[in-house]
Amino acid sequence: MIDFSYTIWIPLIPFLIFILLGLAGHKLKPRLSGLIGTSGLALVTVLSYITAWLYFFPGEKVGGAYQKIISSNITWLQLTDKLHIDLGVLLDPISVMMLIVISTVSFMVHIYSLGYMKEEKGFERFFAFLSLFTFSMLGLVVATNIFQMYIFWELVGVSSYILIGFYYEKPSAVRASKKAFIVTRFADLGFLIGILILSFNTKTFDFITLTDPTGPAIAQGSGITFMGLSVMTWSMIFVYMGGVGKSAMFPFHIWLPDAMEGPTPVSALIHAATMVVAGVYLVARMFPIYVFSAPVALEVVAYVGAFSSLFAAVIACTQTDIKRVLAYSTMSQIGYMMFALGVSGYGGHDGLGYMASMFHLFTHAMFKALLFLAAGAIIHAAHSNFMTDMGGLRKYLPITHITFLVACLTIAGIPPFSGFFSKDEILAAAFHHNKFLFAVEYAVAGITAFYMFRLYFNIFWGEETQYHHTPHEAPAVMTIPLIVLAIGAAVSGFIPFNQLVTSDGKVFESEIEWAVAIPSVLIALLGITIAFVLYSKKTSIPDRLAATFKYAYKWSYNKFYIDEIYLFVTKKIIFRYISEPVAWFDRHIVDGTMNSIAFITQVVSFKIRGFQSGQLQKYAFVFISGIVLLAILFIYLR
Amino acid sequence: MNTGIPLSYFLVLAAIMFFVGVYGFLTRRNLITILMSVELILNSVNINFLAFNRFLFPHKLEGLFFSLFVIAVAASEAAVAIAIIINIYRRFTTINVEDVDVMKY
Repeated sequence: MIDFSYTIWIPLIPFLIFILLGLAGHKLKPRLSGLIGTSGLALVTVLSYITAWLYFFPGEKVGGAYQKIISSNITWLQLTDKLHIDLGVLLDPISVMMLIVISTVSFMVHIYSLGYMKEEKGFERFFAFLSLFTFSMLGLVVATNIFQMYIFWELVGVSSYILIGFYYEKPSAVRASKKAFIVTRFADLGFLIGILILSFNTKTFDFITLTDPTGPAIAQGSGITFMGLSVMTWSMIFVYMGGVGKSAMFPFHIWLPDAMEGPTPVSALIHAATMVVAGVYLVARMFPIYVFSAPVALEVVAYVGAFSSLFAAVIACTQTDIKRVLAYSTMSQIGYMMFALGVSGYGGHDGLGYMASMFHLFTHAMFKALLFLAAGAIIHAAHSNFMTDMGGLRKYLPITHITFLVACLTIAGIPPFSGFFSKDEILAAAFHHNKFLFAVEYAVAGITAFYMFRLYFNIFWGEETQYHHTPHEAPAVMTIPLIVLAIGAAVSGFIPFNQLVTSDGKVFESEIEWAVAIPSVLIALLGITIAFVLYSKKTSIPDRLAATFKYAYKWSYNKFYIDEIYLFVTKKIIFRYISEPVAWFDRHIVDGTMNSIAFITQVVSFKIRGFQSGQLQKYAFVFISGIVLLAILFIYLR
Repeated sequence: MNTGIPLSYFLVLAAIMFFVGVYGFLTRRNLITILMSVELILNSVNINFLAFNRFLFPHKLEGLFFSLFVIAVAASEAAVAIAIIINIYRRFTTINVEDVDVMKY
């Protein structure tokens, strides 16, 4: 038995750094605090890789399956004899994989930020919060029970809120951070309700008990029904609502594009690679329950994921802010992962979708973090977020150009880059499960290739614009993470996920299904070709197309007016017809009652204070009159 | 032990003394006079004590002792009251009770 008890330090190190930098950061030199944060993360990364090595290679398997190991655990809150909330570290294939993803991306982002955030106000504050985020995210993935997950779930929400609003002097950043927090918090309400229903029915929070396919939790699920669905289904739908909010699925996606107001490294870390996939991770963590006792909820997962991926891909085609294009692309790719979980079964080759989802999560983290970091380098060079202000940058930014191209090829699914493998697995799983959804995702693959290369050609090719300063390549501290992530994005497709991360922990055989893979490569190439024709040189075709499909273009450009619908519902309906009457009631009835009591007391006391005259004989007179009155009263009342 | 004076005489005298005292207490403005009015009230009570003791329980002495007790208390009260009055005079240079009215709203 390998001793994994040191893994508690993986989340604890970033936490200690957060405390150190948060309390003493302003006294240290900014550069030193940046180095402290980065070196701490380096340590975490090393520990994570050691853990992954020990877990997957010398680690024991029971019956050919990777075991779930609780390496440390403390009881945090004893509710009843049986029901208690623990804090601990759970190691299983997906949590170990997430450790790798988080620590790698976070480490790269730390290094990158040393260059990107240089000379910024609040440099040490930035690193403190990055550490807080890393701590929360690591705590989330190693959670041993659903309540611990919920705690860290909220912590990542808070750190995301803080980091989106990092430039707190900018009103748009403050608005975006509030929006992100409120939308995700609203969705988390569903998560909490789901947890309560789930734990009420199963009497446990513990993941191992909950997700044991032969365990009592799953057997209990289908007993009670409510409105035609079992309570387990309801609870899983509610839990999924939390995942929808955090992973920016439709209809809770509205916060993600606005979250791009945060610094670019934050977008890369939180809003591309780690936090937004927490929803996928959540569904993957609860997967046996979805499969065995809530298949309807799993259908919901599949349809929401597929719809979100199509929806976001269509919007991404018309946006001009490069970070927003990437944000919608993130939403689309997460939709892919959700969808893959939704079409998966449990165990063996049926669990292909599960494996594909985790695989895509891994590759996506690499290439999307790379895309965002490259976008940061581009924005640094061009001093603008809009692709209309860019063009012909390939001469000035050779390294960024190559790495960006690698990432675009990866996300488009061109072999031998990693995106090809993971996307192929997802499409294969869909092909066996649901032909309609397969067709949708197949189309999305083409659209993805189109919008990514629209972005690529617009930035690096096209007409060269006049820049105020000649754009120059980012310093080495920023380009090295790009190169590392590009290598990761290029080669991580060769990791044999079917032997490592599977739904039941057992190895299964999977091969590339060329019947699915070849058409998907072809449609990606088609998308790239269209983008090449339209955008590689300055032509009038895109404008004419936009004019021809005026309404479709307008709807997509305005993100299908979802933000406006939200504003209409909240401002015009909820605020006006619920909040305003409630506020009126509070201001006039509740406060009014209290104020009038105080007012009456004041008026009366002003009127009667003349009695306190200081005249001894007046007091005596009143006193004696009272006695006489009482005496008369007693005499006559006898 | 019949002295020939009936009880009602004592009671009427005591009542007159009592109300004279009360009237003086409420109307006089000089603190010394107010103190004298208080003494009148106390002494009217003493007369009542002695009269009732005489007519109801001639062989007992409770009333007598009580009136002695009241006299002693009245004497010490007068001492304290005069000390207070002297202090008031030093502070306000007056012993007119209407001018001593700082203890108000």
